Amino acid sequence: MAQYKENEFDVIVIGGGITGAGTARDCSLRGLRTLLIERNDIADGATGRNHGLLHSGARYAVTDQESATECIQENMILKRVANHCVDDTSGFFITLPEDDLAYQAKFVEACTKAGIKAEVIDPKEAVRLEPSVNPDIIGAVRVPDGSVDPFRLCSSNVVDAKLHGAKVLVYTEVTGFIFEGTNIVGVKVHDKKSGEDAEYRAPITVNAGGIWGHHIAELAGAQIGMFPAKGALLIFAHRVNGIVLNRCRKPANADILVPGDTVCVIGTTSTKVPFEECDNMRVTPDEVQLLISEGEKLAPCLGETRILRAYAGVRPLVSADNDPSGRSISRGIVLFDHEKRDGIGGFITITGGKLMTYRLMAEMATDLVCEKLHSASKCETRTTPLPGSGHGDVREVSKKIWANPTTAQKATAGRVGSLASGIKLKSIEEQSLVCECEEVPESEVDNAIKNLDVHNLVDLRRRTRVGMGTCQGELCACRAAGLLGKAQGCAERARKDLVNFMNERWKGIFPIAWGESLREAEFTEWVYSECLGLSEQE
Amino acid sequence: MKFDTVIIGGGLSGLICGLRLQRSGRKCAIVSAGQNAMHFFSGGFGLLSRMPDGSAVDSPIEAIEGLPAEHPYRKIGKDNVSSYASEVVPMFESCGIKLRGNAVKNGWMISASGLPKRTWLTVYDVDIYETKDFRPGDNILLVNIEGFLDFNTSFIAEALEKKGAKCRIAAVSTDDIRALRKNPSEMRSSNIAKMMSRKDARERFVAEVNKISHDTDTVILPAVFGLKGSEEVEDIRKSVDGNVVFVGTLPPSVPGVRTQMKLKNAFEEAGGVFLMGDKVNGIEVKDGKVVSVSTANLEEIRLEADSFVLASGSYFGHGLVADREKVSETVFGLDVECNGDRNNWYNPDFFKSQAYLSFGAATDNELKGIKNGEVIENLYVAGSVLGGCNPLYEGSGAGIAIMTAMYISDKISSRK
Repeated sequence: MAQYKENEFDVIVIGGGITGAGTARDCSLRGLRTLLIERNDIADGATGRNHGLLHSGARYAVTDQESATECIQENMILKRVANHCVDDTSGFFITLPEDDLAYQAKFVEACTKAGIKAEVIDPKEAVRLEPSVNPDIIGAVRVPDGSVDPFRLCSSNVVDAKLHGAKVLVYTEVTGFIFEGTNIVGVKVHDKKSGEDAEYRAPITVNAGGIWGHHIAELAGAQIGMFPAKGALLIFAHRVNGIVLNRCRKPANADILVPGDTVCVIGTTSTKVPFEECDNMRVTPDEVQLLISEGEKLAPCLGETRILRAYAGVRPLVSADNDPSGRSISRGIVLFDHEKRDGIGGFITITGGKLMTYRLMAEMATDLVCEKLHSASKCETRTTPLPGSGHGDVREVSKKIWANPTTAQKATAGRVGSLASGIKLKSIEEQSLVCECEEVPESEVDNAIKNLDVHNLVDLRRRTRVGMGTCQGELCACRAAGLLGKAQGCAERARKDLVNFMNERWKGIFPIAWGESLREAEFTEWVYSECLGLSEQE
Repeated sequence: MKFDTVIIGGGLSGLICGLRLQRSGRKCAIVSAGQNAMHFFSGGFGLLSRMPDGSAVDSPIEAIEGLPAEHPYRKIGKDNVSSYASEVVPMFESCGIKLRGNAVKNGWMISASGLPKRTWLTVYDVDIYETKDFRPGDNILLVNIEGFLDFNTSFIAEALEKKGAKCRIAAVSTDDIRALRKNPSEMRSSNIAKMMSRKDARERFVAEVNKISHDTDTVILPAVFGLKGSEEVEDIRKSVDGNVVFVGTLPPSVPGVRTQMKLKNAFEEAGGVFLMGDKVNGIEVKDGKVVSVSTANLEEIRLEADSFVLASGSYFGHGLVADREKVSETVFGLDVECNGDRNNWYNPDFFKSQAYLSFGAATDNELKGIKNGEVIENLYVAGSVLGGCNPLYEGSGAGIAIMTAMYISDKISSRK
């Protein structure tokens, strides 16, 4: 192999969401020298702002056979190669008295055609299997839906890319492209941490920026006409359901309830938003109201269940017509070779698609990269497990590491899979809990700070779930800030970071702050302002 | 059961009101649900640190006249607040709680993050300083208990180094601490305080501190001593080499739990009845007066009284509860002024003044509760269940609890 300079690569991937992370992993597994650039933290955009639904494809079966087929194939692949990120819960498509039961037959037929196992079950049996479901249902179909932790999945892809030689730059923004004639041969970047500018070169650059890919393409001189469609979701404080619940009808608002770790998530809505709002999504009271009232139809107890937070993501859709909601735009994968499309050499865009199909998107993008680089290496991501994906479930994985795993050790194994063997959890010091809601021990926080590109508390939350539980960072954020301050050697930075973190948490809390959530918020206000004295300084 | 006064709420406000009434010869019962704001006490009592417009307050009593008319201090009146303020230190002292500070002037304390914070009076453990540029020492050793994550020595050191002090950070362990650490969720302030209440455990801890306290004039320790009394705090001060300064931890607050317990003991010693872990679940109102209340534990036995005090706390104490449309007072269903549209309840900046914290029960000018626009003649409202002020933003939480309790006990004592 040729000698590379420090800033020279075979391929540059822009965007540290799941598509970019997956593409960087695929490229590096195929032996390409890869650079991944992310303007904030990994999984900061739509990757971390969705249901975390491991689609079976059933949702798309009637309206979009192609997406449905892609989903079921990827579903089966992820259950093999990313089993530490997947919770194989199965899913129900339920018919309510207000829905048309005739749709069920059409639905089952479409699923079967797409290769999705769809089994009609007796409504009474469905209630027995999933006691939270609306007892008035008149129909139920079981499909292989599940849930997936998108943070963990994204982080695992980044970890594996790095293990295979990729370089990862977070908090680094692409500010422009380097051209030679009509070919893009590199990128100009701004490091937001150090404030320094730099240049990196590669014959191919992949734009995997999600909705932000619209602007990245513009920087390169290409128009890709994206359609930012906001989707709002609510997280409930309990895992109300064990099985994913969907409505058996044409996809609409707030008709999926997904259990994930200790919580469950209802969503979504779909509204077109201006590009300027993509960086600062707010959930409105109307959206909250809609999500609760529709959610209650799936599982009536949701009306009484405490809500932890509201959040919203932006789907990176590519517009085909003037659909004002964005619902009927295809969720299919879009791959642009800008050399053919716009006469810009060395530049490709991979967008559209879904969390579910990230691996396939990465494969398609990497195939095109290899074609352009005249590399014959083949994709391995269908069969090569991600780091942490061991055989068997959490219990089996943790038993391989510890003879008698404690609950905290099992929780760690649940988050990092077989990589938990690298985290020291033997001594009492190593086990002391930073986050009680999610049972995150000090050693796991240390590991994340040292090995997983953690620069602040929000990053840490995405890697370890610190601050994601019922208390939303009440005490654990302060503890974690202490550990981060120690690791970074700067207490002042850690204190400022703590203030930012609490504001970031509050952003998702105040749209749903009544009842117990408001009570918890008041307590947190007192701790941070009165005990810690962190309210605005004079 | 018949009392002169029944008080609902066993936090700072309910206890002080009950104690003062009991000492003036009235027979009182306090119904206490359990947790109260003293569990997240900072170590300092605020009277008024900041005006609603954000300007800083140095002389809290002088500033009262600048508050809006609906503010509880304005209802009590500046002269009354001034006279009650001078009563606070001796009153606490009589319950075995030593306080520091000046009744008419705000001082400064070290908050749990190390940043200086305005306060009025502090508990004996926590030092109070006259100006913001105070420095607790020149060569400071900050000692944590190994494995205790609720005390952030590096934050405190950074803040004190900015003030020109030289700081060294250490964590010490002893066999007792190691034993406590075996269970990862045991390392919380109240468990440490329980362990440190044993003299031998304290001696072993002090021996470790003294091994490393050379070349320092001041030792900073977490305020995790003296769950039951300040004698243990005194013991640490005497046996550790150098000047000892205690800084608050994350909740639960050991000085807060101790203060609450001392006040409760004083109330009971004065003959008061403290119904712990009980909850009012029914009220009887006749001709504009409360006749009796029932509780969960006493079932059919009703608590009758001539007057009632509502000191049930805010949201945390379940005195107030919010649903999607409104905020309600939970015991008597008193009127609550809350700004209707929930969009206006919050500031998107977590650290700015939050409107929902100023919602609370409506009262007349004598702090009598108002329901459906009518004054309930023998029901008084004290402490954080009151509306008309934002205690967190103003730094007036403890002051409002204490002042309204004293004022109401005077009002009740002067009733026919």
